[in-house]
Amino acid sequence: MIRIENVTKRFPGGQDALRGLSLSVDKGEMVFVTGHSGAGKSTLLRLIALIERPTSGQVIVDGQNTRRVSRRKIPAYRRQIGMVFQDHKLLYDRPVFDNVALPLIIAGLSHRDAARKVRAALDQVSLLHKEKQFPETLSSGEQQRVGIARAIVSRPKLLIADEPTGNLDPDLSLEVMRIFRRFNEVGVTLLIASHDIALIDQLGCRRIPLVNGMVRYEEEEDVVAEYAERLESDQERTEWQH
Amino acid sequence: MAALKPAETLSPPRSSGPLASWALRHVSTAIAALGRLARHPFASLMIILVIAVTLALPSAMHLLIKNAQSVSATWDSALDFSIYLQADISINDARRLADLIQQRADVEQVTLISSDEALAEFRDQSGFGEALDHLTVNPLPHTLVVRPGSADTAVMISLLHEELGNLPEADIVQVDTEWVRRFHAILDILQRSIAIGAALLGAAIIVIIGNTIRLDIQTRREEIEVTKLIGASDAFVRRPFLYSGLWYGLGGGLFALALVRYGLYAIEAPVTRLAGLYNSPFSILALDLAESLLIICAGVTLGLAGSWVAAARHMRRIEPR
Repeated sequence: MIRIENVTKRFPGGQDALRGLSLSVDKGEMVFVTGHSGAGKSTLLRLIALIERPTSGQVIVDGQNTRRVSRRKIPAYRRQIGMVFQDHKLLYDRPVFDNVALPLIIAGLSHRDAARKVRAALDQVSLLHKEKQFPETLSSGEQQRVGIARAIVSRPKLLIADEPTGNLDPDLSLEVMRIFRRFNEVGVTLLIASHDIALIDQLGCRRIPLVNGMVRYEEEEDVVAEYAERLESDQERTEWQH
Repeated sequence: MAALKPAETLSPPRSSGPLASWALRHVSTAIAALGRLARHPFASLMIILVIAVTLALPSAMHLLIKNAQSVSATWDSALDFSIYLQADISINDARRLADLIQQRADVEQVTLISSDEALAEFRDQSGFGEALDHLTVNPLPHTLVVRPGSADTAVMISLLHEELGNLPEADIVQVDTEWVRRFHAILDILQRSIAIGAALLGAAIIVIIGNTIRLDIQTRREEIEVTKLIGASDAFVRRPFLYSGLWYGLGGGLFALALVRYGLYAIEAPVTRLAGLYNSPFSILALDLAESLLIICAGVTLGLAGSWVAAARHMRRIEPR
């Protein structure tokens, strides 16, 4: 679904956010990109969303090389991808329903046609009863769920999320991850940037650790060992996955 | 609760009839834009008022010229001129000459004013009545008042002046109506100046609306970024701003019509009174339907142009960060 080949991203000023990064995510996978801030997680997601373009290398998403997506084609390209942001990026001048409907309206659906899909998406995140409220009246966790409903309302095959639980307390984070997990179970590919290793370990998903814009495989091995240890000592926390 | 399955294809979701949904989308965007203006009624009204005044000014000037032209149109046919005959021409010779000129194809009518009639009229009108009684001879010549044929062109009329002026019996040819033509020339100049002024004011409207839309774009920067981030095209993001411009222009055009109409209403009574003093049936010409539509169209076009310029300039620079 996603293939990153030898990608370098150099920002004006000379610092490299990504240095010869290569990785791939298969269809139907749920993968976490981890690492400290500045490791290049966000840059990677921004390249996939075509907010940035790589300095060199290839980014191939669902068979499309992003290099060949012209500026005019970017909107259509982005509509294929669901995106979730740490700061939700909701529009605060309109109610929850309109926020979630926005991708459908952009795609050209009438309000009426969109309504059914919007309600289905809100139902997924258990916010159906709050469709008329304004985002400001919701808690941070609820706002993030609105953001998730908006990302999945047009049923994308790929969902990318940048620190979706960055502002949430552990319980809410777990809830958000469970929602992601449900999407994954019906075939959505997810790529999630997060530094919340404890949480990721509970989910048992593949982790791609980034350090200084490169994948650190030795760290990945450490993580696997660490994960095995934790599984033994922390049975209770992993129960819910099954 | 089963999760939504991803769509099988990546094509945009189906919708009910592409044309109907396109129209519906535009209508809802237009209404939303109007609602946005209505949320800041004072600011919106100020802009509409500025546009209205800017449109009403040239419209009013145009009306002024149009009325002046309609008043002076009746003077056009009155291009009569007078031929003062030599003092030694007898009244019989004068009559014969009048008959002769009357036969010309380019002359509609010749009227003879004898020197006695002229003196009598002068006595009545000048107030020199008693002084004139002391004259022993009548100093006034016989006069022929010639009205050129209605089909005559300006060139034919000036040829007529020249030929009749060259007659041995003629002393002076006096064209009384030269000023009518000068007046028309002045009106032409004014009309053209107003056209130039209107074009400049139109440019001003584009700037005013462009600036308003620019501020609007700036305050909604975040919203534009977010909608672009989730896949909105430039056209989609631009559309509400174009509709704002359209509403400003339409509002300005309608308001301008109201201003002109109110102005006419305000001067109608004194003009009618003045026309009455001249025993004239004159009444003010208002803007006709075509002119009214033109003003509204001008407002809408300028509004769209202004918002287009602003959107094209500033929208492109707003990209998600």
